[in-house]
Amino acid sequence: MAYTIKVNGEAHTVDVDRDTPLLWVLRDVLGMTGTKFGCGRALCGACTVHLNGAPTRSCVTPIQSIGNSAVTTIEAVGNTAAGRKIQKAWLDLEVVQCGYCQSGQIMSASALLASNPHPDDSAIDDAMSGNICRCGTYNRIREAIKHAAGSPGAAGKEG
Amino acid sequence: MMFDEPGSIGADHRDSATSNGVPRRTFLKAGAAVGGGFVLEFHLPAFLSDAMAAGPSSFEPNAFVRIAGDGSVTMTMPYVEMGQGTYTSIPMLIAEELEVDLKQVKLEHAPPNEKLYGNPLLGGLQATGNSNAVRGSWQPLRQAGAAARSMLIAAAAKRWKVDPSSCRAEHGEVVHTASTRRVKYGALVGDAAQMPVPVKVALKGAGDFKLIGTPAKRLDTPAKVNGKAVYGIDVRPPGVKIATLAQSPVFGGRVKSVDDAAAKKVNGVRQIVRLGDAVAVVADHMGAAKKGLAALTIEWDDGAHAKLDTHQIVNELEQASLKPGAVAQNIGDVDRAMAGAVAKVEATYQIPFLAHATMEPMNCTVHVRKDGCEVWVGTQAMARAQAAAAKVSGLPLDKVVVHNHLIGGGFGRRLEIDGVIRATQIAMQVDGPVKVVWTREEDIQHDMYRPCFFDRFSAGLDQKGMPVAWNHRYAGSSVMARWAPPFFQNGLDPDTTEGAIDLVYGLPNVHVEYVRIEPPGIPTAFWRSVGPSHNVFVVESFMDELAAAAKQDPVAYRRALLDKSPRAKAVLDLAAQKAGWGQLLPKGVGRGISMQFAFGSHLSHVAEVEVSKDGSVRVRRVTSAIDCGTVVNPDTVRAQIQSAVMFGVTAALYGEITLKDGRVEQTNFDTYRILRMSEAPVVEVHIVQSSEAPGGIGEAGTSAIMPAVANAIFAATGKRLRRLPVDAAALSQPA
Repeated sequence: MAYTIKVNGEAHTVDVDRDTPLLWVLRDVLGMTGTKFGCGRALCGACTVHLNGAPTRSCVTPIQSIGNSAVTTIEAVGNTAAGRKIQKAWLDLEVVQCGYCQSGQIMSASALLASNPHPDDSAIDDAMSGNICRCGTYNRIREAIKHAAGSPGAAGKEG
Repeated sequence: MMFDEPGSIGADHRDSATSNGVPRRTFLKAGAAVGGGFVLEFHLPAFLSDAMAAGPSSFEPNAFVRIAGDGSVTMTMPYVEMGQGTYTSIPMLIAEELEVDLKQVKLEHAPPNEKLYGNPLLGGLQATGNSNAVRGSWQPLRQAGAAARSMLIAAAAKRWKVDPSSCRAEHGEVVHTASTRRVKYGALVGDAAQMPVPVKVALKGAGDFKLIGTPAKRLDTPAKVNGKAVYGIDVRPPGVKIATLAQSPVFGGRVKSVDDAAAKKVNGVRQIVRLGDAVAVVADHMGAAKKGLAALTIEWDDGAHAKLDTHQIVNELEQASLKPGAVAQNIGDVDRAMAGAVAKVEATYQIPFLAHATMEPMNCTVHVRKDGCEVWVGTQAMARAQAAAAKVSGLPLDKVVVHNHLIGGGFGRRLEIDGVIRATQIAMQVDGPVKVVWTREEDIQHDMYRPCFFDRFSAGLDQKGMPVAWNHRYAGSSVMARWAPPFFQNGLDPDTTEGAIDLVYGLPNVHVEYVRIEPPGIPTAFWRSVGPSHNVFVVESFMDELAAAAKQDPVAYRRALLDKSPRAKAVLDLAAQKAGWGQLLPKGVGRGISMQFAFGSHLSHVAEVEVSKDGSVRVRRVTSAIDCGTVVNPDTVRAQIQSAVMFGVTAALYGEITLKDGRVEQTNFDTYRILRMSEAPVVEVHIVQSSEAPGGIGEAGTSAIMPAVANAIFAATGKRLRRLPVDAAALSQPA
């Protein structure tokens, strides 16, 4: 069945079953591979996108549920103020290692910053604990979110 | 990321080069640098001494450096980037001597060619592992840069009719010092290519380093924050289909029958591929492939391992540990020392199978044609990937082109080529390219696992409580015996013993034995921190037990054994001091220490843990001190220690793969837990300044954290954990 969805401001029509997860529409049908597959069950956050600004696990979000919602992916999150700040902080603090989970981390962190401009540790834990990083970049993610919020001050103190 | 389009990389002219891949022993002598600095002069290894046949518009003095007429510098990376920072540290080594800015540098993945890109510390295999990229490259890749620089200087000097020694190189230009004439490298490429490759090159002394030792920004990062980075799983050759698969749930089992009628009706499913021990569904997209897979009815013949159980495997290891093994190390006379000891301490330990659980699930894309085969994958073992595809497809090696990609987590998993074999088997039956993507469940249930081990220790203490006899025997799998058989000799290999022998402690009588026993049907593999992931846990746990038996402080006890290891003593002192060792902690909180010499680096961790009444453990803080010799990029060192700690804490608290009825019981991140943000300790890293040769850092932090956590739990609760992962139920019981 044909569905028209709005991704990063652009309308796309795709012909897939109604229960097809948004993740595969993005990656395999539309060729937008920045959004990653990690678990398929909303356990790791690698596939996080924004639906009307809210962080959403695209691997368990059927295409039929999207309707008119605006889908934002890692490819365009830099067009938002929060996304831009988060991406810059990720580079400034050299957060990334293998990088595979970082699309999802950045999408979760951008959504957090957009809704809470000065998140404390507890807000960061709440917003980010659904995103697994196997390289263990958590200290720097925490620090980078604070850096992006303009309140540097870190968990990951280093000698 | 600045990658050249991989296009024809696997088939280009470099494959025909005939250099010797193993660096010859190099000879060095001290000499005075042009600028008065101290330099070391090295004979160029053979594999760097043949200039490549480059096009007229570029200069390619060796297999690692190519300079184009526009001045752009392309470096070919012999080791693959999987998060460890090798795509920054290796360019730093070359750029330091080539005198170019990192901003000018483009990177490309090396094609399969063991002669050119073999790892000198892995017997010439073209593989990225064992934390040895910088160790193996430290000299040859600085030489690669220096040789290129010296040819560019020679070309400029010839043009200006001056002595090369009156010229210097900086920022991608040659400068004639007296006249301040300058010429860009790009304008010299034609002439430089005509210059003879130098027999010897001078390398800078540490005092002249401009890049090495600085926290240079990573080159691979920008593309990783905007979705542009291309991992193996992201490739999309034209017409590619997506496949996912079910492999026999029992290792060694076979497909008995398949009913694919329902699967074929799924919208977007194109084909069902049946193999002897697996079934794959080929579709337009992964959503359809997964739906098709779920619609299959597969009957399996479980085969010989149908009843395999982890308890049975552990029992076999325990029995094997009672028998004599190969002697890995013998110092003095343990039996005699034990007989004369005032006290004897004994303990057994057991550690589990572990999965790698890389964030990027296993995947490989293959296009098999009659006349050739193309493979897209992220691999730690490039030449093996090529050989595997050639073998399965029946094509000659030179008809198999492999494109390597960024790796979304390796940790040893992608040293294996089972994924390439699978994908090629499937692609043999598919018209056009097919990307085979494993579900997370397949990834965890068909991993090749960190082996489980069973260890037996006994020690004799003198009247002061210090160890006079150290006896250790362990039983488990040798990964090396399968992966690189020549390294397994006389019942031993250097990986299975690392961390168990050559301890930094001054122990007068030591006896260490290894009993090789392979678990039936279970494939074992390297896992981040390899041999030490096992040995350092047991050695440092038992050392802590000896300190406790002697009623001594764990730091002071270790310190007293380190008179002959000043670097080890220094990291122990630094970690203890920075952690506030000895300062009071609240009830239920404890500190534990560990130390390690592995991968050529000295490391000490102090873990601070909190144990709740329900037995759950939270690692609050980790203080690390590392002496990894000369530091190429201190920010990478810090990042890798932080990373390795999280990896090791995950294993210590949660990591365990178990089997029941021949099937792996864990399936996804709910049953194979990974540490999360809310559980992550604060990790402080302190680096010892050193001018020793570089040591490895990617894995060191993982092995050393596990005993630090266990020792901290002992400090907090009085309970000694001799088995991993942490057993919360046992910790919730009264002491």
